[in-house]
Amino acid sequence: MSAAVHEPEPPEPRDNYLTSAYGVRSWLLTRDHKRIALLYLASINVFFFLGGLFALLIRLELLTPEGDFVQAETYNKLFTMHGVTMIFFFMIPAIPAVLGNFFIPMMIGAKDLAFPRLNLLSWYIYVVGALFTFWAIVHGGVDTGWTFYTPYSTASSNSHVIATAVGIFITGFSSILTGLNFIVTIHTMRAPGMTWFRLPLFVWSSYATSLIIVLGTPVVAVTILMVFAERVLHLGFFDPALGGDPILFQHLFWFYSHPAVYIMVLPAMGVISELVTTFSRKNIFGYKFVAFASIGIAVLGFLVWGHHMFVSGQSVYAGLIFSILSFLVAIPSAVKVFNWTATMYKGSVSYRTPMLYAFGFIGLFTIGGLTGLFLASLGVDVHVHDTYFIIAHFHYIMVGGTIMGYLGGVHYWWPKISGKLYPEGWAKFAALVIFIGFNLTFFPQFILGYLGMPRRYHAYPEEFQVLNVMSTAGASILGVGYIIPLIYMVWSMRYGRNAPANPWGSTGLEWKTTSPPPTDNFETPPVVTEDPYVYSHEEVEVVG
Amino acid sequence: MGQTLPLFPEQASTMAGRVDALYFYLLAVSAFFATLIALTIIVFAIRYRRRSESELPRGLEGSMKLEIAWTVIPLFISLSFFFWGAKIFFAMHRVPDDAVEVNVIGKQWMWKVQHADGQREINELHVPIGRPVRLTMTSEDVIHDFFVPAFRMKQDVVPGQYTTTWFEATKPGRYRIFCAQYCGTKHSGMIGWVHAMDPGEYQTWLSGGAASESLASAGAKLFQRHACNTCHRPDSLARGPNLEGLFGKQVQLADGRTLVADESYLRESILNPNAKTVAGFQPIMPTFQGLVSEEELLQLVAYIKSLSKPQASPSAQLPPSNRAAPPTPSGKENPK
Amino acid sequence: MADAAHEHASAGTPPGALQHHFESMAQQKDAASLGMWVFLVTEILFFGGLFLAYMIYRWANARAFAHASLHMDIALGTTNTAVLIISSLTMAMAVHSAATGRRRLLIGFLVATMILGAGFLGIKAVEYTDHIHHHLFPGPGFHYPVPAEAKPAELFFSLYFAMTGLHALHMIVGLGILTTLLLMARRGRFTPEYHTPVEISGLYWHFVDIVWIFLFPLLYLIGRHLH
Repeated sequence: MSAAVHEPEPPEPRDNYLTSAYGVRSWLLTRDHKRIALLYLASINVFFFLGGLFALLIRLELLTPEGDFVQAETYNKLFTMHGVTMIFFFMIPAIPAVLGNFFIPMMIGAKDLAFPRLNLLSWYIYVVGALFTFWAIVHGGVDTGWTFYTPYSTASSNSHVIATAVGIFITGFSSILTGLNFIVTIHTMRAPGMTWFRLPLFVWSSYATSLIIVLGTPVVAVTILMVFAERVLHLGFFDPALGGDPILFQHLFWFYSHPAVYIMVLPAMGVISELVTTFSRKNIFGYKFVAFASIGIAVLGFLVWGHHMFVSGQSVYAGLIFSILSFLVAIPSAVKVFNWTATMYKGSVSYRTPMLYAFGFIGLFTIGGLTGLFLASLGVDVHVHDTYFIIAHFHYIMVGGTIMGYLGGVHYWWPKISGKLYPEGWAKFAALVIFIGFNLTFFPQFILGYLGMPRRYHAYPEEFQVLNVMSTAGASILGVGYIIPLIYMVWSMRYGRNAPANPWGSTGLEWKTTSPPPTDNFETPPVVTEDPYVYSHEEVEVVG
Repeated sequence: MGQTLPLFPEQASTMAGRVDALYFYLLAVSAFFATLIALTIIVFAIRYRRRSESELPRGLEGSMKLEIAWTVIPLFISLSFFFWGAKIFFAMHRVPDDAVEVNVIGKQWMWKVQHADGQREINELHVPIGRPVRLTMTSEDVIHDFFVPAFRMKQDVVPGQYTTTWFEATKPGRYRIFCAQYCGTKHSGMIGWVHAMDPGEYQTWLSGGAASESLASAGAKLFQRHACNTCHRPDSLARGPNLEGLFGKQVQLADGRTLVADESYLRESILNPNAKTVAGFQPIMPTFQGLVSEEELLQLVAYIKSLSKPQASPSAQLPPSNRAAPPTPSGKENPK
Repeated sequence: MADAAHEHASAGTPPGALQHHFESMAQQKDAASLGMWVFLVTEILFFGGLFLAYMIYRWANARAFAHASLHMDIALGTTNTAVLIISSLTMAMAVHSAATGRRRLLIGFLVATMILGAGFLGIKAVEYTDHIHHHLFPGPGFHYPVPAEAKPAELFFSLYFAMTGLHALHMIVGLGILTTLLLMARRGRFTPEYHTPVEISGLYWHFVDIVWIFLFPLLYLIGRHLH
């Protein structure tokens, strides 16, 4: 519960990226990757809490079997907007655009990303896309589900499909440009001595994520364009009445949207690698395996989209292929979990808040990932597809996994970003509340799903009520858990203790500069002479 | 207590037990590994907790043996899941021969069920236990999904095409039908019941109710009304393939491909006739898109299927195509 | 510190060309090149979705698609193909002129490329007007001479307008890029040591050309053997 170091509080560093210029213009026209990261941090938080509000309303409706809290159309809009805001406006940008933007240049010893102006443009594109979607929300919302299945979205829904689709289309380019920027940066701007195998694993994960972004996002972009064309111009791509095939939409949509889930989880895995090494004060176990596992996930992730379509009318043989590939893509994730665990062996394990989030991630991601095996199994998936089992599965990974990784990363790097320390006691408490709230919300949903409760149901049969009430209770706790860090992080910006350059005693180039860093990141450009995560300078054992 | 807090769905079909067995295997293996990993982490976190701020551990950093072990073992376990799941999936898609044929049309927001002998139901499906039931399904508007949890059965219902599934109920009772593909405002209201009945009761149910025309005979009428027989005839004036005995046979197309003439092919050929023209015939058939509804299409398909009756599986409820009068209770033959 | 960074800038580099976050012109050029290549990969995936839709629908409706393709004006399409190929030549010549420091030639070739690009768009506009006039734009106004093939034909035209429309949009953006290059060239911003913007814009222009090379046979030529 005490401060992270035993030294007296260091003074504020004289000039850093936060103090180098003041005024709104210096923020809105900045080219500094660190300031852009904070611009993103503010915007994605708005959408996180907006998406959370929608979730709360959904869970309130589901307290009772009847649809008595909101009308059916409203409920359909709520779950659609919850999915759209959370996925496109929070989860996909969160770790890359905040933590990636801030730390990739620092981790490789560069002054900035390869294309700083493009980076700022990315943020503006995000904001414009977000405004379109926000307009749609305010004017009555969309009710197609975040998956926009045709022909409902092109021919039947009379909600603001176009505005939302345009919003997502635009924001997709924000994502693509960020991915492009990261790839070029990592290839061309590494400091002298920073070879590929000396890169921190967060950079490897970010690189793999960026590969997925640049290859996948354009496909969903053109798919949205086709939905737009069909709905507005009656160009019949997906509507059978116009000669089209609705299942083609599903193939095109999931070709991106499955890799999208790896866009959402790979960066979090990168964060966990950083947390586990720092807070075990040990080199990662199996560095190359973890690095290549990231690439493996990215590649295999493009080959499994049809596992969302086992009962769509797709052929049995396609089902077989997608099933076996889906099992294969689980293996690199399992490898990572084992390597993280092994890193702790004979380490020096600290229970600081970031590490608590890392523990949470590993446990909950493992459960979520194991339930993914249930879904890859054709025979079981037929029964649980489109039920609450699926919802539980992906929330274990996205919320129990990614959001925990995100919070762990924010806590870990907060001293570097803000120059302040957050209050450790409150932080630990919030982590615990989140863990309990999360499990109470989503574990009952596995049971509900196998029982047969379908997803996107506004009203449900009575026998499902008790489990739904448990889930809603958990959601309220989870909501409180998320609000607590918002409060103390903001508080710490003004009243927190000043942070030293390296409060955790971590290796890594970002810790070798001041907290907060100067605008150009380093006083003198670094030269790298050793591997990452070298905590012990004695001979270390590598067995077998 | 079972009704206020059910924790597991009942098993009411031949597939249910098989799916559940795989599910329990998955559960057991998952629980084992999740517990193993959780315990390992807890043990490591406690045993190797930081005791002083300045301690610097040294320890294992890599082990090729371990990496191989924890890659290969999960791989083999995954393969076991795959094979078992695939086996069940194949069985779910292999319709047994003596299936009762039922058509299902999904539309916002109701299920229209048609039995071959003409019985119609809305949001309900009466079936006998102990016999396979094959559903041929399509949608009139958006994608729906026919889901019966107690049977562990689920299949999307897609506009513009037929999807099929089958089940065999094992115990009498009432089982929920859910629509499991979001379809708009009343998606959660698009629910119903399967009534599984003892064979005797089922026969009673079939022959009771309002007299109605069988699908095949309704289809025969449509065939006349749309003048299909002016081209599809067995004599030398034929300009289209003879439909007698066609259903279920291999067909050679003009572009060289071959396919089996199933329900989907028949439907497509009525709506988009020149996409898959039979070899030896000119592509002159007009389209009937917009002139026949999905229900009527199913009736036409049923009629054409009845023209193959000797080769097709003994589907008991299909009367001869020229018989339009509904069966009277006393005069009805034993269908078997 | 700025001096150290600019040590690597050679005599022919215009002042201010080396951006401050790069260590050397070589690094900056590498980054710009790789950036454009990665962007072009995203463009392949972007067009890819439409090409996939085309492939699937053509496979399902081969004869109807071939018949529908006969409604394309082969003369205009072939002319446009020639126009674009020549424009890629003039673009390559522009890059070469920049690399050899010939400012006037650079400007000339940029202008030529722009004229050819505008010509392409003009011919496309003529074709579109013609199609719309013949009721071949999908939607309520669509009217096709062979009713039995109307639905697949409408699909063909949906794909035609979507794919060539997207391509035309990329051409328009390309013209904007060329305009920018023209203005920069007139101000003397390019030297043999620094003309990266011209090079990477050349890559973009060639890409747009290659997309057309695929579009032309798929949309204009698939029915010719039936004629």
